[in-house]
Formats: sequence, structure tokens, C-alpha cells
Amino acid sequence: MIQVVLPKNLQILAGVGRVVELEVPGQATQRSVLDALEASHPALLGTLRDPQTKKRRPMVRFFACEEDLSDEPLDTPLPGDVAAGKEPLLIIGAIAGG
Amino acid sequence: MSSDASRKSWKVDGPHFAGWEIYHLKGSPVNPDRVYASQSSGWFGQVLQRSDDGGQTWTAVGNQFLYEGEPGTHKWYDGSPHPWEFKRVWHLEPSLNDPDMVYAGVEDAALFASSDGGTSWNEMPGLRTHKTAPEWAPGAGGMCLHTMVIDPSEPDRMYVAISSAGTFRTDDAGKSWRPINNGLKSNYIPDPDAYVGHCVHRIAMHPSRPNTLFMQKHWDVMRTDDGGENWREISGNLPTDFGFVIDINANEPDTVYVVPITSDSHHFVPDGKLRVYRSRTGGDDWEALTKGLPQENCYVNVLRDAMTVDTLDPSGIYFGTSGGQVYASADGGDSWNAIVRDLPAVLSVEVQTLK
Repeated sequence: MIQVVLPKNLQILAGVGRVVELEVPGQATQRSVLDALEASHPALLGTLRDPQTKKRRPMVRFFACEEDLSDEPLDTPLPGDVAAGKEPLLIIGAIAGG
Repeated sequence: MSSDASRKSWKVDGPHFAGWEIYHLKGSPVNPDRVYASQSSGWFGQVLQRSDDGGQTWTAVGNQFLYEGEPGTHKWYDGSPHPWEFKRVWHLEPSLNDPDMVYAGVEDAALFASSDGGTSWNEMPGLRTHKTAPEWAPGAGGMCLHTMVIDPSEPDRMYVAISSAGTFRTDDAGKSWRPINNGLKSNYIPDPDAYVGHCVHRIAMHPSRPNTLFMQKHWDVMRTDDGGENWREISGNLPTDFGFVIDINANEPDTVYVVPITSDSHHFVPDGKLRVYRSRTGGDDWEALTKGLPQENCYVNVLRDAMTVDTLDPSGIYFGTSGGQVYASADGGDSWNAIVRDLPAVLSVEVQTLK
């Protein structure tokens, strides 16, 4: 199971705790994990990425294994430890403002 | 917040949607358990919430607002063309007779409708594709469709207001629209009595007299008695005629309320005094209502969707401030009490009179 950590506001919106566990078919990529996340929690549609273009919202970031993966291509495989469920994919609301 | 008909003590629930901005929420007039809320965030975008139990529980419904066709451009602040981009829902207006039907006024200015309780949204493109639309430009708060009024006597007639394009009317249920800004004078645009380009802040209608509308404009308080064909100024003796809200007593169609704000550059009440002004003559002659409101060291604003009235007798008047207070009057404005004092900035206030 792949683990995804959501920011607090999206936990409230989706009615879930900090960590969401997902069964992701095929290779674990940003696209496949977010597809699975949105399919299981449709309240999150549109809050992380544009529903049409799949482009990440500007102030949403994706971190894992101490790396910023936000600007990685959508179909690049996520780190092995994320795919293996040992490390979570962290979805972060960017620090903005001060 | 809820109370009985005496409106003396209030129960405060929440917070709902902690961490999100709620631009507007409004209940269906035919099913008060059905409430729609526009939830917005600079990080996570637009969410639409619906409650079917009077606000006790909520469900996220559809949040895809796609302009129909190639949306083209409007004017940007510097006059250059700028692509139409959806940013948020400013105003929700439930249908007067169908709880599943609801309209959404959005930024960049356009009107959307849902006939399935907010699950899916379709643009009503007749407004955004009006021939003047490429000339529309944003106000300081963005180019938002912030006000919608439905004529209860003629369901195909609706009014909207856009900052800063002006007021528009449809007589065919939204298929086509035309500007109704005759009589507005705005010294902050190159042609003060232009066909479009006026920064209308709010319009209000009493359901018993649908051809009469009251308007709080960027500057000037205005009135029409012919469905918007002609407007005249009714600012009269107001200390300043800048402001955002305007509303009408539910039982007295000529009793109108505004909250004067110092100026377009000073978005706070004049002289440190929070005063609601009431006209019992449909404008021109105004009295200050101050009992229970702070009369020194007060520098709050009252935003355009942050005043409402209930339908009891005497009519209750409610408004919220940028300082997080929500004030209520159970006697038509003669006296006021704060229901809450320490919320974040209040963006909208709506009331349901449950019987």
C-alpha cells in the first residue's frame, strides 16, 4: 500500500486522517497515485491539480524521501521506498506569505 | 448561529471548514435544509459544499467551472488584454422554486448554473460573450460577478452585477443580457456615464416591488423604479456614499440600509464610528443607527455580501465586519448586539427564517 500524507485542510475536506493508504495499480507515479487518491476521495478533485490538464496547482508541492518531486514529469516512477510503502508521498501546501 | 424568534440569545456552532475561506453560503428558499457554500483557498482552489440537513453535515459537490468555448480576453488593470481565467465562486443564488437549481457568480466574471444540486455546472455564456465583455476590467478585488437577483414575479428576469463592468439584466432566463447602467456616473473611468465599466458593489430588491432596485456603487447610492432602465442618485445626507452593502427591510420596501465607508482608499467606517444608515423614504433622507454599535476607535469594513435581513416582524437586520464581529438587530435597526466578536474577517452573512 502506498502512503500519502495530506495537509490538514485537505484531511478535513476529505474526512480522513493524516495518512491515506492507497492501492495503486501498475507503476507508482505522481499521476497514478493522484488518480487513485482522487478516485477514492472525490472531494479532493481539483484541489491538487487541474482536472483537465493534470497540472499541479502552483502552491501544492510533492515531497518524498527528502526530495522535492513537485516538478518531476507526471509519469516518472516515484522513489522505490514510496512504491514499497516504506516512505510516504508528502503533499504539502507551500509556505507562502510569511 | 441560531436563535428563536425573539432573536435575543444566539447559539454559535462551528467552526465549519476550518482553514478555508467561505466566500458565500445561501440556503434554498424552497427547502431550507438545502444550503450551498462556496469554499475557497489560495492553495487548493475552489470547492463547492452542499448540505441537505440545514448545515449540520456537508458534502463536497462539483467544483469544475469551465467556460464554454474559447473564452478570449478581457482588459487587465493596465488596459492590456488578459485571458479569462476561473478563480473562485463569489456568490451562490439558489433558485426561488427548485432546490436542485442554483446559480454561481464567479471570478473572472461569468455566470454558471447547476440543475443537479451543485454536482455539475454549466456556464450560461450569454453574459460573458456579450459584445462589451472584451472591454470589462477588474476592480481591486478582481473581476467578479458578485451579485445576482432573481425577479420573483418574472422568473425569466434576473439581474447581475460585476466589478467593474456594471449591472446587467436578462429577460429570457439568462440566454441574453444587456447592460442597464443608464444614470450611473463614475468619475474613476474615462467616460463617467459609459455604457459599461461601472464598479457596482451591490444591488437589492424587495420581492413585493421587483421593478425597484437599490444599488450601492463604488461611490453613490442609487435607485431605479423601472427595472434598471434608469437610475437616480439617492445618497442624500449620507456622510459618505462609498460603501459595499445595501439591503431592504423585509416588511417595509422603502426602508433601506447601508453602511457608509470612508472612501475607496480608506476601507473603514468614517470617524471611527460604526453606523448603519437607514432611510425610511426609499433614499435621499438617511438616519444614523448607532445604539449598540461602537462609536469610537472603530475602523472596520463591511463587505458586499455581509448584510442580510430576516422576514420576521419587525425585520431582523444582520451584518458582519472585517474585524470579525457579527451584529444583529431584532428591531429593524433601532438597536444592535454583537452575536460574535472575534471571528476572522466576515465575508458574507445570510439568514434563514425557519417556521
